[in-house]
Amino acid sequence: MSRFIERHPAWALITIIAIAVLLWLIFSVWPPGLEEAIGRKRVFLNAVFNGITLGGLYFLVASGFTLIFGLMRNVNLAHGSLYLFGGYVGYAVSTSTGSWTLSFIVAFILTALVGVLLQVIVFRRMEGQDLRQTMVTIGLSIVFADLMLWACGGDFYQIQTPSWLIGPVDLPLITAVKSSGEPVYLRYPMVRLVIFAASVVIGVAMWLALNRTRIGMIIRAGVDDRDILAATGVRIQLVFVLVFAFGAGLAGIAGVVGGTFQSLSPGEDIRFLLASLVVVIVGGMGSIPGAALGALIIGLAEQLGSVYIPTYAIVVTFLIMVLVLAIRPQGLLARR
Amino acid sequence: MSKCSIGLLALSSLFLSGAAIAQEKIKVGVTATLEGTYTVLGEDGMRGHQTALNVLGKKIGDKELEFIVASTDATPDSAVRAVRKLIEQDKVQILLSPLSGDEGIAVKNFAKTHPELTFINAASGAQETTYVDPAPNFFRYNMDGAQWQVGLGKYAYDEKKYRKIATVGEDYSFIYTQVFGLVLEFCGAGGQVTNRQWVPLGTKDFASVIAALPDDVDAIYLGLGGADAVNFLNQYQQAGGKAHLMGGSIMIDQTILSSKGNAKNALVGTIAASGQADTWEDPGWQKFVKAYQDAFPPNKRFPSPSLLATNYYGSTMALILALRQVNGDLSNNQAKFREALAKIELDAPNGKIKLDSNRQAIGTNFVTEVVDDGKGALFSKVVKVIPNVNQTLGYDPAVFSKIGLPSRTVPECKKY
Repeated sequence: MSRFIERHPAWALITIIAIAVLLWLIFSVWPPGLEEAIGRKRVFLNAVFNGITLGGLYFLVASGFTLIFGLMRNVNLAHGSLYLFGGYVGYAVSTSTGSWTLSFIVAFILTALVGVLLQVIVFRRMEGQDLRQTMVTIGLSIVFADLMLWACGGDFYQIQTPSWLIGPVDLPLITAVKSSGEPVYLRYPMVRLVIFAASVVIGVAMWLALNRTRIGMIIRAGVDDRDILAATGVRIQLVFVLVFAFGAGLAGIAGVVGGTFQSLSPGEDIRFLLASLVVVIVGGMGSIPGAALGALIIGLAEQLGSVYIPTYAIVVTFLIMVLVLAIRPQGLLARR
Repeated sequence: MSKCSIGLLALSSLFLSGAAIAQEKIKVGVTATLEGTYTVLGEDGMRGHQTALNVLGKKIGDKELEFIVASTDATPDSAVRAVRKLIEQDKVQILLSPLSGDEGIAVKNFAKTHPELTFINAASGAQETTYVDPAPNFFRYNMDGAQWQVGLGKYAYDEKKYRKIATVGEDYSFIYTQVFGLVLEFCGAGGQVTNRQWVPLGTKDFASVIAALPDDVDAIYLGLGGADAVNFLNQYQQAGGKAHLMGGSIMIDQTILSSKGNAKNALVGTIAASGQADTWEDPGWQKFVKAYQDAFPPNKRFPSPSLLATNYYGSTMALILALRQVNGDLSNNQAKFREALAKIELDAPNGKIKLDSNRQAIGTNFVTEVVDDGKGALFSKVVKVIPNVNQTLGYDPAVFSKIGLPSRTVPECKKY
């Protein structure tokens, strides 16, 4: 951090000012002039919160994607299919058992199993041939999409939110002050807060696992140089399978999350594949903190865009991607 | 996905063409939105089409009708692609297409490049399709989005005493047309429309849209359909929304009222207007509902046909009856068939339908209110029936043409 400030004092200053302005916008009571210029504070706060929670969902999908790429150099373009598959499994489990929590566990396990099968049956056979693996994943994603269309139809599914999560909560953030002097607090959907908290927990747990445990050390070593790692006697194939299973499982969990606060239908696989591609390109391929930062930026851009420039909202995310590719092509937080 | 369905279609048409030698066939191409946001609407449209075939049969004199189905995703280019494929590869002679508003405008324009073929609109409801520069070979037996809103504005103002409303709608021609009809009548009665929000078709995350809804209005009008409507309602429930709602014709429809989950319960008591009402007691309507229910097992259909099923039923009915009048004669660029189509008066399930000089339907409209049947199923209950609704909504054509074409901001909220 301090090195960054020393090397780029101008950028550091701009970042600090931007953060200060954002904090002021979130915590202060807006003066009337500002409300007139850019609309009510409630709308702004909601858009920011929605952006952050949507970023949480994107992070769940993209972190598995970036983990697999980081270790195996395999651009898994079937990652979106794993997302959709997890969502359908979650729907089936939650409708048959009525348990939302159970649907996460089953979706994680089943998608992880699919990941294991993919790694063992398909990718191990073409190890080190990056392009061939990528082409195969495109083919697989088309096959999976058709199989799921055949099994689940073109209908859209929505996973039932458990009753204790339905409805809004009041947050201690003042959106406006009534003429009587009574403050109006921000009301926000409970389920989105819970989902965001869960994705933060998963993100922190992943970071800890990668940086503080032995298996994490092995994975980091594998990201740097897997040939040397294999030469030291680590059972690299087992590590590959584990990482692939975990990354796939995360996509499965994300599917259940997406099915809960949005919906599942054919085409969602491509949408989330594209989202996670943009996220990891912005954040840096192979970097978990990069995926977190990228997800946050893309989520915020989408939601703020949809409120303030609805007509061009779709363009904003791609503009960000183009900017990052032009200025820092390796991604914001990539090491190399 | 589409590859799969096209492959299957190609295979099935291959088999069918083998059998075609025995008897002369009239080939009809059908399109429906079997992909994307409006999948559920397309599927129920096809059920309505099938119900019509069950009731009326496929025989035209000594010829038989053959139907070839192609899938679209509610975008104009997908509709033109599907229609082109049906014409060029499958050599269809008549088209029953399309389902959605933007598709309708594109297919109407495409119809002009094939003056030798006849196009019967399946269900699309953008005003522009038949109002601006209509194609002589394009016939529409359902009303447009504005006609389907007739009665709603007055009912909201006079009976519900709503004075200020805001609208949220999908950003495309059919919803523009619906909001057009609503605003014209509501503002004409003295109401105010303070805010019109437009969201792209296929929006998944409505949270910010919901947050931006104004609080100081009496009701919020929802012009959404299919997956968008379900997503909206789900997130509206999560956000704890409690405003009075008003609904467009594909919002208050069995495609949404019988969706899974309990988010739809927010719609109980919502007022809406459409070309049909689920609980209408007219014997013709009841007969149609029965035929629809008998044609499919309960888990493969809605409790009652959706607006799309009714429209596909009506257009298929027009096709078959007109063909029978001319005994399947499609000679001379289908001139006789077209003459019959233009003159025919349909005794459709949702009331009598006849065409105006632009080949656009004049029909019956219904103002409805959503009720719970006591067992958790939601239906639209008739509040008011309005017969003989024409495309200019009862306005003098000269006055009507000055209002302008439906768009994000047209019409202005004033009395015309």
